[in-house]
Amino acid sequence: MPTVYVNDQPVELKPDERLNCIQAAQKAGVEIPHYCWHPSLSVVASCRMCLVEVGDKKPDGTVAMVPKVVPGCQTPVKDGTVIVTNSPKVQAAQRGTLEYLLLNHPLDCPVCDQAGECGLQDFSFKYGRAYSRLAEPKNQKKDKPYIGDQITLFTDRCIMCTRCVRFTREISGTAELQVVSRGSGEEIDIFPGKPCNNKLAGNVVDLCPVGALCSKDFLYEQRVWWLKGKNSVCAGCSTGCSIRVDQNKDVVYRLKPRSNPLAQGEFMCDEGRFGWKYIHSEHRLKFPMQKLPAGITPVSWPQILPALRQALTEAAKRAPEKLAVVLTPFMTVEEAYLLCKYLKSLSPAARLLMTPAPVVGADDSYPKDLRGQAAPQPKFTIRAEKAPNRAGVELVLHHFGGTVESLDSILAQVSQGTLEAVYLTAGSPEGWITDEQAKSLAKAKLVIVQDLLDSPALPWATFVLPGTSWAERDGTFVNHAGLAQAIHRGLRSPGDAWPDGRICFELAGRTGIFHAPTIRQEIAGEIPALAALIVGDLGDEGIFLKSAGETASAADSETQVPVTGGSRS
Amino acid sequence: MSTYEPVLLARIHKEQSHTLDSYLADGGYESFKKALGMTPVEVTTLVKDSGLRGRGGAGFPTGLKWTFLPKDHPGPIYLAVNGDESEPGTFNNRILLEKDPHQVLEGIAISCYAIRSNTAYLYLRYEYGAAWRALQKAVAECYEKGIFGKNVFGSGFDLDVRLHRGAAAYICGEETGLIESLEGKRAWPRIKPPFPAIEGLFRKPTIVNNIETMACVTQILKRGIDWFKSIGVPPDPNNPRDAGSYGPKLYCLSGHVNKPGCYEVPLGITARQLIQEYGGGVPGGRGIKAVVPGGISMGFLAPSELDTPLDFNGPGKVGCLGLGTAAVVVIDDQTSMVDVVYNTARFFAHESCGQCTPCREGTNWMQRILHRIRSGQGRMEDLDLLLEVSGGIGMMPGTTICGLADGAGWPVKNAIRKFRSEFEEYIQSGRSTIKPCELIGAH
Repeated sequence: MPTVYVNDQPVELKPDERLNCIQAAQKAGVEIPHYCWHPSLSVVASCRMCLVEVGDKKPDGTVAMVPKVVPGCQTPVKDGTVIVTNSPKVQAAQRGTLEYLLLNHPLDCPVCDQAGECGLQDFSFKYGRAYSRLAEPKNQKKDKPYIGDQITLFTDRCIMCTRCVRFTREISGTAELQVVSRGSGEEIDIFPGKPCNNKLAGNVVDLCPVGALCSKDFLYEQRVWWLKGKNSVCAGCSTGCSIRVDQNKDVVYRLKPRSNPLAQGEFMCDEGRFGWKYIHSEHRLKFPMQKLPAGITPVSWPQILPALRQALTEAAKRAPEKLAVVLTPFMTVEEAYLLCKYLKSLSPAARLLMTPAPVVGADDSYPKDLRGQAAPQPKFTIRAEKAPNRAGVELVLHHFGGTVESLDSILAQVSQGTLEAVYLTAGSPEGWITDEQAKSLAKAKLVIVQDLLDSPALPWATFVLPGTSWAERDGTFVNHAGLAQAIHRGLRSPGDAWPDGRICFELAGRTGIFHAPTIRQEIAGEIPALAALIVGDLGDEGIFLKSAGETASAADSETQVPVTGGSRS
Repeated sequence: MSTYEPVLLARIHKEQSHTLDSYLADGGYESFKKALGMTPVEVTTLVKDSGLRGRGGAGFPTGLKWTFLPKDHPGPIYLAVNGDESEPGTFNNRILLEKDPHQVLEGIAISCYAIRSNTAYLYLRYEYGAAWRALQKAVAECYEKGIFGKNVFGSGFDLDVRLHRGAAAYICGEETGLIESLEGKRAWPRIKPPFPAIEGLFRKPTIVNNIETMACVTQILKRGIDWFKSIGVPPDPNNPRDAGSYGPKLYCLSGHVNKPGCYEVPLGITARQLIQEYGGGVPGGRGIKAVVPGGISMGFLAPSELDTPLDFNGPGKVGCLGLGTAAVVVIDDQTSMVDVVYNTARFFAHESCGQCTPCREGTNWMQRILHRIRSGQGRMEDLDLLLEVSGGIGMMPGTTICGLADGAGWPVKNAIRKFRSEFEEYIQSGRSTIKPCELIGAH
């Protein structure tokens, strides 16, 4: 085993692991401050913040140190490498670099969006000096409010790490950003008339270690220390980017990508990043409603649930083959399971249907070349399938013997009378039904709509169940590659809306409270294709359904059931 | 010393010395033909054995550099010739390129053959208009006469020489900065390793050599190793790492001297000899306060150090960075060192490429501190601050990628160490040597 010594602490590497000093130190729990280095971008070693002393431990135990400091990001480690991050020489170099970085930095932290999560603040506090020795006025550079539709640049805060420039060249491939001028007059800029508006542009704001590139959407909205973050998964497409939902007082302010090598890597697209606004839509459904003789009336959950159960039971008795629940790819695995299980308990003959995931255009891969063609080995893909959990819901559906049918086909069956009672789950942020389509529902005897937004279907509904957005509920999403990731409830729902999982749980008349990990384990025991969920807690990165995780029952050969396959047990 | 007969500059005073006809009449391209008769390894060994060290500044043995190329590389291998002569005080490449471009082109041809390269790029400083025109003409003549192109002299060796004119940036003289610039990118020096000999221009093995080095290669082929080794200073027996300082060198003498100019002299001449015997002394018989031994980034020689031999080792022994480009700038006793150092600092602050934080901010900070001192607002602690900044930036402490910061910090540090009393006196007097016209700025 190759061994690296970080401040005399031995760290073992895997035989074929290729790390630099920063990564090796991270393994030892030692932080090497850095700005320009980023795991997904090329190494430029220009910020000079990660300077460390390195040496070589000889077999006889002697250590030969390199006589100068070297950038940790550029220095690969091998067996016997000695890294020193706390010697007086290194500390002097760190202090020096920070003094240079802060020399012309405006120190406008009180009005800076980045304050609180700023690399300059953090590292200055830990490694810098408390005062500046600059006696001259600071360089002042003009702000550039329009770098892109979503991006503004506070030029004087920039520390020229060039992460943003490298991102647009290496990940998006669009290369809008560049460095202009030279020396201390250097600035980040765009070519006139060519703004940074690519679909991944928002990432440059995340990449910026200081408050130079700011998101116009988040600008001056909230101090970051008030924000409470919950790990979740973007519901925008089937890529399933790992994200964090930052909210305060039940108001979402921004989404940030989390690093997840199993899902998308380090980034997320702007479609997802800014596509959460419907969460706070004024058209959100806030109270359960029931059609009474007096018209559609808001009622309380304790009133509506028994009534709904009764209506469903009667429908199942009357004509079970005319009762259907319509799942959507916006549901979590748990919700789909609870609902299917409940319906099948009413009558095995009841039908399970699912609407297909909306597909918009084709998969959009990056980096792009000058002609807009994607590189052969994409680093990021925005998928055409604009739903987070088609794979997961389909697994449940197929297990219970359901089928995927288009909404039109389902509505046609309603018009023809082959379906009398339909339980429609929606959850799509886009309108999922038109006025014209909704008219077909007039024929149905029982229409239940579980949705988060107002829709043309509501006037025909006997029961309206206010659900929640993905940010307000717990559950599991399975992405295009079969990676199951947990979403977490980041904020409370408006009014009396319940997380969909809870609605399904309580509707099924189960005792206790809805707890996603417990349901996950139950599902794992019942549906072989989802056996990997046995762990309950999926962790931050999630687990692949096909290659069973460490704690999943690896011996169970049925875990190898293909994602789209499955049969009724 | 004055009996030395110039070799590199032998032809520059001839009529039409820049033309191919004139060069051929003087036995031109015979050395190239001679090299083509040898194997590339033999040529490399010959250059290696001659002890030729790069004339660009660092003094790295040229032949040794050529041997760093990967063996049996399928190619292409490139030769990049560094004509981005931007070090203040240096103008020897200019003389060679304007007056005798074929001598340089012949050296390029020989070097290409030696390193098995079929393409050479000559990177020329933007400001050298006359040299650019002379080179364009010279290269066209060579193609016309079959000296360049396919199957030169029927040897089966193909050679392309491409000219590239820079855009006036000092940093393009740094070898990896030059490579980046040739590739059409911003001239930000690359991180090493990999060194250019392994992965350089267009990610192929590349050798970067100086113009004067190329001229020396021509002469070594023409006159032999023994001739070359008979000139200059042999290695210091007490220093096993010293490779010696053989051969003639083009010293660029400027500043306060009666006869400034480019003088070809054997390596190892002392600064005093150069100034007195070649430069004709300081105008008006004034005293010498300081001498820059080799381009402004090398530091200063104090009057007591004028007998330092200007070879690859001499300046280093008295606290200078090295011989550099052998551009000797004389500063007389009427000049304020504060002004000299300010001018130096301003140059480097302007030329810093801005990639590494310490250089980008440090060079600018030094300039501003010195500007403040010159405006009469200096403080004594500024000198220690300047020493700290100038000593903390650069490749030597490890805080930057390339050597520009070393060169920016060295003259400041060197001048404050050697002339500290003058700086202190200047600060204490509270006077200002800023003249109103300077506010307009030189750029």
